[in-house]
Amino acid sequence: MADYQNIFTRVQVRGPGEPGIALPSHDMPRIGGVGFSNLLGRIGNAQIGPIHLGGIGLVSLILGVLGFNIIGLNMLASVHYDPIQFVRQLFWLSLDPPDPKYGLSWPPLGEGGWYMIAGQLITISILLWWVKMYRRAIQLGMGTHVPWAFASAIWLFLVLGFFRPLLMGSWSEAVPFGIFPHLDWTAAFSIRYGNLFYNPFHALSIAFLYGSAVLFAMHGATILAVSRFGGDREIEQITDRGTASERAALFWRWTMGFNATMESIHRWAWWFAVLCTLTGGIGILLTGTVVDNWYLWAVKHDFAPSYPAMFPADAIADPSAAAGGVK
Amino acid sequence: MNREPYLLPVTIVAVIGFAALAGWFLKVPSDKTQVGYRGIGMEVNTNRKTSAALAALNAVPEPQPPLEAAEMEGPRASEVYKNVKVLGHLSEAQFNRVMAAITEWVSPEQGCAYCHGEDGNFESDAPYAKVISRRMFEMTQYINGDWQKHVGQTGVTCYTCHRGKNVPENIWFDNPERNAGRMVGNANGQNKAGVKLAAFSSLPVDPLSKFAGGKEHPIRVQDQVAITKDFDKTIQDAEWTYSLMMHMSESLGVNCTACHNTSTFGNWQQSTPQRVSAWHGIRMVGDLNAKFLDPLKDAYPAARLGPTGDAPKANCATCHQGVQKPLYGANMLKDYLASLTPPAK
Repeated sequence: MADYQNIFTRVQVRGPGEPGIALPSHDMPRIGGVGFSNLLGRIGNAQIGPIHLGGIGLVSLILGVLGFNIIGLNMLASVHYDPIQFVRQLFWLSLDPPDPKYGLSWPPLGEGGWYMIAGQLITISILLWWVKMYRRAIQLGMGTHVPWAFASAIWLFLVLGFFRPLLMGSWSEAVPFGIFPHLDWTAAFSIRYGNLFYNPFHALSIAFLYGSAVLFAMHGATILAVSRFGGDREIEQITDRGTASERAALFWRWTMGFNATMESIHRWAWWFAVLCTLTGGIGILLTGTVVDNWYLWAVKHDFAPSYPAMFPADAIADPSAAAGGVK
Repeated sequence: MNREPYLLPVTIVAVIGFAALAGWFLKVPSDKTQVGYRGIGMEVNTNRKTSAALAALNAVPEPQPPLEAAEMEGPRASEVYKNVKVLGHLSEAQFNRVMAAITEWVSPEQGCAYCHGEDGNFESDAPYAKVISRRMFEMTQYINGDWQKHVGQTGVTCYTCHRGKNVPENIWFDNPERNAGRMVGNANGQNKAGVKLAAFSSLPVDPLSKFAGGKEHPIRVQDQVAITKDFDKTIQDAEWTYSLMMHMSESLGVNCTACHNTSTFGNWQQSTPQRVSAWHGIRMVGDLNAKFLDPLKDAYPAARLGPTGDAPKANCATCHQGVQKPLYGANMLKDYLASLTPPAK
């Protein structure tokens, strides 16, 4: 049975593996052979490998695995090396940052020292991975859009674990390494600083996050919908607009009055994704360093309403005022 | 190219259908009462599925038959019986009436023997339970006299906590931090699964020893100005407070909005009067634990003590037991005013 085939076809062609372009002589060689996976071929490229890890990638991987293991072993120790409890309580377990009393000084190993070591290992690992990513992009003659987008995510990571604790004068402000504990941290952080939803940079970040999802859905759907007219050849259509591009553009002009172009839609998507973590990082950095209660800040700047009291003043008067001070 | 043209729409309909069905069957039938300004979701929810069971748990026992006026006259209990220290101001009939009540409330199975032993020696202080219950009478009188800011005119009786059991259902002990001081695996007093006190979260497991142990510890973590130089509250402080609040929420069967406008937790003007009552309640349990309950640790047998050797203590759930007003606000005290309120000096 004949199938119409565009470049999104699910038909898997098997030939000799593509080993990649020759690497400069000073580079570490690619490792692993070429294999094929039918299953992975249904959702992407069926060819697996070879992998280029390189010296930087290797160091990054080692440091990352080390940090990951320090976290895992501390979690395991916290349940007294009981593997069953480790699995049962895994989502609750955590390696917590130092106690506030240690400020920016180095805490004992059992009271945040391991956290500092693991955090540093993982931070260096991530930064090295960024370098590796950047060098691969240059070597392939690509633009550096991917590493800069990754850098935006790293910015948020560094704000949470490094820049903000530094400005607050305490490593205890950093985020715990644990599934539920980091969510508790998020909730407690928001409550401590008067509700993060009133932080305008948090609001921007959410807009870009949800916006990214909407753009992704719109773009993916549009291209799939016009692939029967050659719309799958997006990049060619940037310079040589065909009927696919015309129909896609017309569809959005008819439905929302405006259309992105084959080229600009990718900039829309890139900026939405990058701005999500960029604005988020700014919002976190300002919290506690510049603004201490976002709700009251928002009320002050007419960004949030202040609601009227529903009960007589004496029924809801702060009882600690009568008891002589804040408790 | 598309061999199964109906696969995608069928999948979508099936997923939505399943979600709708699951939602239909898992739906919690709840009643909502608005308690704050319109449009901000300040409401108290009650679950209709569990309210019948809660009502049964909180049924109030019949009071002991009332006494004739003449029965309140005559010689005092302290003159009739030996070794009566707290209830000596009652008449003999009043004294026996409250003894009958406490037997029904605290030891319906063992009867008088639970406190007075099998040998009929009622004046003896040998059974530890008698020493404890004498102090508990004093505590009940103290609550009804000195803590009306929390218990109001409704007050408390033995039954508020005991509900027919020797030991109230909801008590707490200091939770030893088993991992503190270790070089690896310090769980930091939190990050444990299955802790009811922390509402099964990974929040600190023992908020009561900090906030209800008798020493006043700051609970407030939010600055009440937009910008300040005051940095003395940490995120960890917020986690401890959060854990305490979850304990209150679990104990009273209410959500945050029963007391707070959750967009600005710390603001009193946008809170409900229940928050004022709760403020006194936190201090009340701290006071009771420090004054009455913890000092009794030497009087208990070892089996009644906690892992660190501390006495059983009270928290919000000890009285509230899952409802916002204990026993749905039923006033049992009015039938026992003479015995359970402080005697006139």
